Amino acid sequence: MLALEFDETKCANCKAVSCLVKCQYIDLDKDKAKIEWQKVIKGEDSPVLDACTTCYACEEYCPFGNHPFYLIVERQEERGMFTAPRPITKQWINMCEPAGKFRLGKVKEQALSFCFIPALRSLARGRLFESALPSWILGAEFFCNVVYLHFAKTSVIKDRLPKITENIEKQGIKELICLHDECYGSFNSLAPAYGIKVPFKTTHYFEYLYNKLKEHKDAIKPLNVEVAYQRNCSARLVPETDHFVDDIFGLIGVDRVEREYDGENALCCGEIIRMVKGYKLADDVQKRNIDDIVNAGAEYCVFNCPFCYMALAEKMAKRGIKPIHIIDLCKLAIGEKPALEVG
Amino acid sequence: MSDMYEALVKIVGKNYVSNQKEERYFYGRDPGLMSPHEPDYVVMPRTTEEVQKIVKLANKEKIPVVPKGGGLALTGLVIPLKGGIVMDMKRIDKILEVNERARYVIVEGGTTEGGLKSYLEKHHPSLRHSIPDAPPIATVVANAVIHGQGRLTQQYGFNSDMVTGLEVVLPTGEICRIGSCSISKYWFSRGAPMPDLSGLFLGWLGTTGVITKMGLKLYPRKKIRDVEVFVTDKEDLVPDILFKLTHTEMVEDINIWCQPHPPMFRENHHVTILITGDSEEELQFKKKMIWDALQEYIDSKDGGFMWVMPDAKPTFLEMPLESLSKFADVRKGGGFEYSGPIVLAEDYPECSRKLAELAVKYKLTYSGMVRVIGRSHCIMFGFAYTFNRADLDEMDRVRKALHEVAEFALEQGGTHWKPTVDEQKMMMERMDPDTLKLMGKIKGLLDPNGIMNPRNWEVG
Amino acid sequence: MEKYAEQIHRCFRCGWCKFTSDYLDLNCPSYKRFRFDTFSTSGRLWLTYAWLRGELEWSEHLAEILYSCTTCKNCVEQCPMGFADDIVDWIVGARSDMVEKGKIPPRVAHFFEAIHGYGNPLKLLRSDRGAWANGTKRYEPGDEYLFYVGCLGSYDENAQKMAMSLAELLNEAGVSFGILGSEENCCGNEVYMLGEIGLFQVLAETNSQKFKELSVKKIVTLSPHAYNTMKNTYPGFGANFEVYHYTQLLYDLIKKKKVKLSQNKAKVTYQDPCFLGRYNKIYDEPRRILQSIPGIELVEMERNREDSFCCGGGSGNFIMDLLAGGEDSPSRVRVRDAYETGADTLAVACPSCMTMFVDAIKAENLDAKLTVRDISQIVKESLASR
Repeated sequence: MLALEFDETKCANCKAVSCLVKCQYIDLDKDKAKIEWQKVIKGEDSPVLDACTTCYACEEYCPFGNHPFYLIVERQEERGMFTAPRPITKQWINMCEPAGKFRLGKVKEQALSFCFIPALRSLARGRLFESALPSWILGAEFFCNVVYLHFAKTSVIKDRLPKITENIEKQGIKELICLHDECYGSFNSLAPAYGIKVPFKTTHYFEYLYNKLKEHKDAIKPLNVEVAYQRNCSARLVPETDHFVDDIFGLIGVDRVEREYDGENALCCGEIIRMVKGYKLADDVQKRNIDDIVNAGAEYCVFNCPFCYMALAEKMAKRGIKPIHIIDLCKLAIGEKPALEVG
Repeated sequence: MSDMYEALVKIVGKNYVSNQKEERYFYGRDPGLMSPHEPDYVVMPRTTEEVQKIVKLANKEKIPVVPKGGGLALTGLVIPLKGGIVMDMKRIDKILEVNERARYVIVEGGTTEGGLKSYLEKHHPSLRHSIPDAPPIATVVANAVIHGQGRLTQQYGFNSDMVTGLEVVLPTGEICRIGSCSISKYWFSRGAPMPDLSGLFLGWLGTTGVITKMGLKLYPRKKIRDVEVFVTDKEDLVPDILFKLTHTEMVEDINIWCQPHPPMFRENHHVTILITGDSEEELQFKKKMIWDALQEYIDSKDGGFMWVMPDAKPTFLEMPLESLSKFADVRKGGGFEYSGPIVLAEDYPECSRKLAELAVKYKLTYSGMVRVIGRSHCIMFGFAYTFNRADLDEMDRVRKALHEVAEFALEQGGTHWKPTVDEQKMMMERMDPDTLKLMGKIKGLLDPNGIMNPRNWEVG
Repeated sequence: MEKYAEQIHRCFRCGWCKFTSDYLDLNCPSYKRFRFDTFSTSGRLWLTYAWLRGELEWSEHLAEILYSCTTCKNCVEQCPMGFADDIVDWIVGARSDMVEKGKIPPRVAHFFEAIHGYGNPLKLLRSDRGAWANGTKRYEPGDEYLFYVGCLGSYDENAQKMAMSLAELLNEAGVSFGILGSEENCCGNEVYMLGEIGLFQVLAETNSQKFKELSVKKIVTLSPHAYNTMKNTYPGFGANFEVYHYTQLLYDLIKKKKVKLSQNKAKVTYQDPCFLGRYNKIYDEPRRILQSIPGIELVEMERNREDSFCCGGGSGNFIMDLLAGGEDSPSRVRVRDAYETGADTLAVACPSCMTMFVDAIKAENLDAKLTVRDISQIVKESLASR
């Protein structure tokens, strides 16, 4: 039985309790946070378990890499709690159950992972992906399973993720280019946190894009635009990849506006919040986020995650902001058309 | 019979009569499970006068006449059970008038649902009608005749409730106007404040006359439509969910569906809630009212709103629903049939359990397709089973399952919608005897020779 | 196509195939013409299934129903089912069964005989095939393009004018090309669609072999029918060359300013030919050509692009005319559509459409109000050098 690699002593010695103090949805001072966090560790009742919106941020806030969010999810499940309503949880569990309907390109040792997100396949076209295509995988059999953190179902992760890594290995893949940071986060944060072996190298698509842009340097025409960046929840699992966003922007002549809800203070897209907490908080989060982008004077909002894009693109467009996935932004820089468009 | 052929040719022209075996084969069947029975002739009139001549001829020769629209009821309603003439109404397909201020349209007997929708979108974009989910070739008149339901049924009742007048060719050949149009040039009412004679024709499945024109209410078309889907895994909660939703009076249409495939739909009951508005504010307000109405289920975690991705929304919003037709090919077999009894909303849980139970018993693929009628006054619970048309055994199992559904629905206190001949018999057996006699009297009065779609609503 | 008999029962006869995508109009040419449900796609498929199972015996009427389909692919476009892409293959499959059994309408049999004997369905002499050419150069190895003219372009009076216009334009633009003249043979597209697979195979293989011997690398066709079969079906018979419809090449030449255009005032509407549009998704180039001509006002018919209404000439009906007669014949319906736009010119990119519409305009008494012109003719008239 897989167990979370959590070190109580790190939390015992922690003075800042950043996991809870910095949380955007729970209002606790350091002292109260310390008390409540100990309750969580010990498996006792705590309002933290109910208040959690599953935004993943505390994974990043913890300076010790001690997986506070994963622990919260473990505790929620132990107590039989549901974050999202039970039928919605069932739906997501059923939806991504491997059923033998996966699809493969001509898979080689290096392969693109579209996970279980067809939109990624639409995005990964053009010169930047010429060399990597047609080696790709897509399907529930390769699904990273990170989403079940939102549903207090680490049991599903523990059950399915080992098989996922096996499925990928069986394709002969030695290097997996993850086109979503949930996938990258799954193999670099979640899997190790549960002692699940990952028998292949993973490359975040930011790094892949950055290298490809350098290869096509001569084709780049600086975009000279100001953009906001929508930092998604799973970016919190792998903050070491964040610098690539600025590196890419630097290559393609894009300025990232300064705004309140960026970096560690980023707001998630809100749709998971809508499922777990209801429309009021979700609408509030989305409004604050979009207002912030509008006030910062950005022309574009650049997305990392197709689901954030689906959640916010139309709403942004109505406020005069052009939504664009970072892959599409890179394509624009080399004179190609975007794949995802609103309307 | 060649005299009959020549007589029909004289009425509609050679190009629009056939006694060829190919037309007789095709028009002797429908996409459902009823046994075929071929007509002797298929005719396609173009005017009321041609219809009248055909009916008079048939009456004189005592030959059955079956008026046919799209033929999509799936319950054999236009299979000519005693042969005779199938009268394909689809050449009589004009849209005669739209009265924008009074919000009604006058269509001909074969005007299609798709044609009307398209016409209104193009010429009267502020108006819409209650379009059913049937394919667009279904006709407006036939849909009303069978008491069909559509996108506005939750608000305004059966599509037949929206009728504002009729022109009917009686089985004996007279042409009657029913409603305000009988005394005025306006078609605003099918009866009130006069005696409502429309009830002599709606629901009678073509056994009391041929409707050649119909007035139909139109309703405001809002600029924006959106959808929410509320999901619960407890069927027993569905009636209360519907009660709460309909109380808000914020909803365009409510459909409920449950099916085991694809896996993401397994174990759940999905309440599709369609919302319209002229502005984002209106839409958001309605959404909030709807969310608040169901908050207690969200709080108890017994139900929640599904995230409908932008690329999935068109599937829910399209009118009519292509996805419904696609259900026919789930088994790669080109067929499905459903029994859609009208029952109380309270019966949803029992019906849903019965649906699944019969699927297991008869080894079938199923989908429950439900529409709310009025403010939860009742629901149409569609017990839909697919079949492979090349698998006779499977077709037989579906028939058996639907027969059990028919019995079950009546036991629940429901009534059959667009009933097969057998279901009509089942209802008539239970019917109040004097009511049944009344039906017989009406039929006998209007159709003394019994030529109109015989074997349907055959009293005694 | 081979497996059609195992699949054809899947039609639900739901009738989506009868309409345009917005249900504005009936868009199945044979259903529009005849109005019996048997003449729609679902009718055809159900009757074929009945025939295959022995429930229905073959008759001339059954064959007429099957052969009145122009294979325009509106049903493929509109059918919501997973098998939609296969529908025309099923029709062709059923036809090939009828051909094999010798159970086809006489007009269809004559069509095959003419192609077999004369290399064209009009039963005109092979030696006259190049008579239109007026000195147009014969293809030689090393020429960049083989200009494949086709049967109508070679023999039909109106289509010959299209061929001549195009040849002039290619010369004007300095394109290296040549024709086969009397050595050209039928492409076989209609033969295939009508189910004579054996004859089609002979045509495809013979043509492919000839092109190979001549070292043909690129073919430009006048007709979308030839474009369709050479691009999509010939590769299965050993062909290995690039195929273009002339509108693709012409648009390229205009973009590269190899063809210079001057003012030509006209209000034009464009008919999307089925084999260019629905079959091969080429909708833009013809329009862009027209829009490149100063003075041309391009107006669209209500039903356009994927919703274009077939001229009724497909599946050999530009000769056999199984859908003729009356105001509901597809070509007459379509010229009325064109007239309703207020256009004075109905632009075509297909000799079959040209043939059908020229006759239809007369039947509709629109001679003085609407002219059919091929795009190549419009461009030729707009040349700056004129």
